[in-house]
Amino acid sequence: MTLATATKRSTKRAPHGGGPGRAVDHGAWFLVLPALIPILILSVGPLLYGIALAFTDSQSGRTEPTEWIGTLNFQDLLHDTLFWDSFRIGLLWAVGVTVPQFLLALGLSLLLNQNLRFRWLARALAIIPWAMPEVVVGIMWRLVYNADAGILNETIRDLGLGDGRDWLSGLATALPAVIVVGVWAGMPQTTVALLAGLQNTPRELHEAAAMDGAGAWRRFRTVTWPALKPVALAITALNFIWNFNSFALVYVLTNGGPGGRTRLPMLFAYEEAFRYGQFGYAAAMGCVMVAVISVVLAVFLVGRLRGGEDA
Amino acid sequence: MKTGKGARAGQYLALLAYLVFLAFPFLWLLSTAFKPPRELSSLHPTWIPKDPTLANFRQAFDEQPLLDAALNSLVAAVGAAVIAVLIATPMAYVMARHRTRLAKAATGWVVVSQAFPFVLLIIPLFLVLKNLRLINSVPGLITVYVVWALPFALWMLVGYVRAVPAELEEAAAVDGAGKARTLVSITAPLLAPGIVATGLFAFISAWNEFFFALVLLKTPEKQTLPVVLTHFLGAEGAVELGPLAAAAFLATLPSLVIFAIIQKRITGGMLAGAVKS
Repeated sequence: MTLATATKRSTKRAPHGGGPGRAVDHGAWFLVLPALIPILILSVGPLLYGIALAFTDSQSGRTEPTEWIGTLNFQDLLHDTLFWDSFRIGLLWAVGVTVPQFLLALGLSLLLNQNLRFRWLARALAIIPWAMPEVVVGIMWRLVYNADAGILNETIRDLGLGDGRDWLSGLATALPAVIVVGVWAGMPQTTVALLAGLQNTPRELHEAAAMDGAGAWRRFRTVTWPALKPVALAITALNFIWNFNSFALVYVLTNGGPGGRTRLPMLFAYEEAFRYGQFGYAAAMGCVMVAVISVVLAVFLVGRLRGGEDA
Repeated sequence: MKTGKGARAGQYLALLAYLVFLAFPFLWLLSTAFKPPRELSSLHPTWIPKDPTLANFRQAFDEQPLLDAALNSLVAAVGAAVIAVLIATPMAYVMARHRTRLAKAATGWVVVSQAFPFVLLIIPLFLVLKNLRLINSVPGLITVYVVWALPFALWMLVGYVRAVPAELEEAAAVDGAGKARTLVSITAPLLAPGIVATGLFAFISAWNEFFFALVLLKTPEKQTLPVVLTHFLGAEGAVELGPLAAAAFLATLPSLVIFAIIQKRITGGMLAGAVKS
């Protein structure tokens, strides 16, 4: 998802004449600084500071000065089985949400790209998960999953499939239950992105392929997918990052329980930093998360792009 | 292209399934918000409240400082949106019009900032804000929200600026208008709808935000709506579900209304930033 190629612009900037050219650059700095300074001081700076903190014994409310301790935090992390459990759950969650999110959104966007009635209704409803505060999404699904007063168990009872269960506090059901919520919450953005990609695919090509007797699946493989692929890759990569770093949904749904079965890495790091005050250790966790995300994404993107050349 | 009757029926069935999946949790929230406690503790809950009541809303306001929280949310969201748009628009203009190294670096930052877990950003910011005595204060929260909203605001605004033809500006320059005058009288009016949409999107994002507010705001009278909502979860029982649902529904309304208004522009803007001009 790189920004547009502005090559067109650069060729057109020339005929400004000699004088204004330099003035534009001064003006440009004047325009850029109000945003650039906060970015440097409050984003780039803190991120570097955060990485540096990972190599210190920084703690909340301590009187002795913070000291450099090298890679001690990372060595501790290596032996912290709780953290690796959390990390495994985080990856399960991120993949478990991102993949169905993509498949369901692809299905919905293909439907919305058809000339169906009630399309407007689906578009309108898709706003709801997107606009809702994550905390409210969590609360809402707690009501759905509620063991007694929840609609899910009631439906199960009505269908005669048993008594239902306490979804969010069952050891086996908690993670799948929160994954469903994650899929629900993230579907709209993905759908909208894919729909826009679909609307960019050349219609004539589609019709020509249909004329040649290509079935729906073949048309999708040979016409739609190649055009959709860049958007699909970009949104999937972003979804994976966002999901892996997700916090509020699961905080509200289960707060990491039962027995840590849904404790995502962000929840773990949050507790480490702001409940136990271990800033240095939590920063080290953050660094490991960035590193792993980068590796996973690199492997995913390289694999996908190469797969495209074979097809 | 002709689609067979059977295929059409299948498509409608699939669309129906999507509609149900998207809508039912929200309908259930509404239903719960209007149910009296007796129905909420019944073992056979119904979709439509038998005896609808507004008592849950009253109780929600009694139990938690929702009005104060809404006010805090409003101040934080408006402050963050206004400041973010004010500082992002000029920079986005430069990024869109001038292909400089700075523009490339800024684009790189927009992308990279998405990959960093917030915990890595909030720990240092927490330490910095603590030194400035801005912990547990709405201005401190606004500061964080501005930085957090900037990548997205820049992304969208760059797309909107690209949509304004540079030829128009060049024509004005040929006619003898200065750079500043061109920006004010030609570019700004054409950009205004995009700026408003970006601001409203930043508003919704800040209104909905939870993690930073949870970390930075400690006392109940300073907290924003999403944080206050989680206090309802403290002691869970069937009795609490009604007020919880009522408060959650109210907290969602502003976002839903604004989002409904700007939806087209938002999706357009996101993609304008992403797809080539």
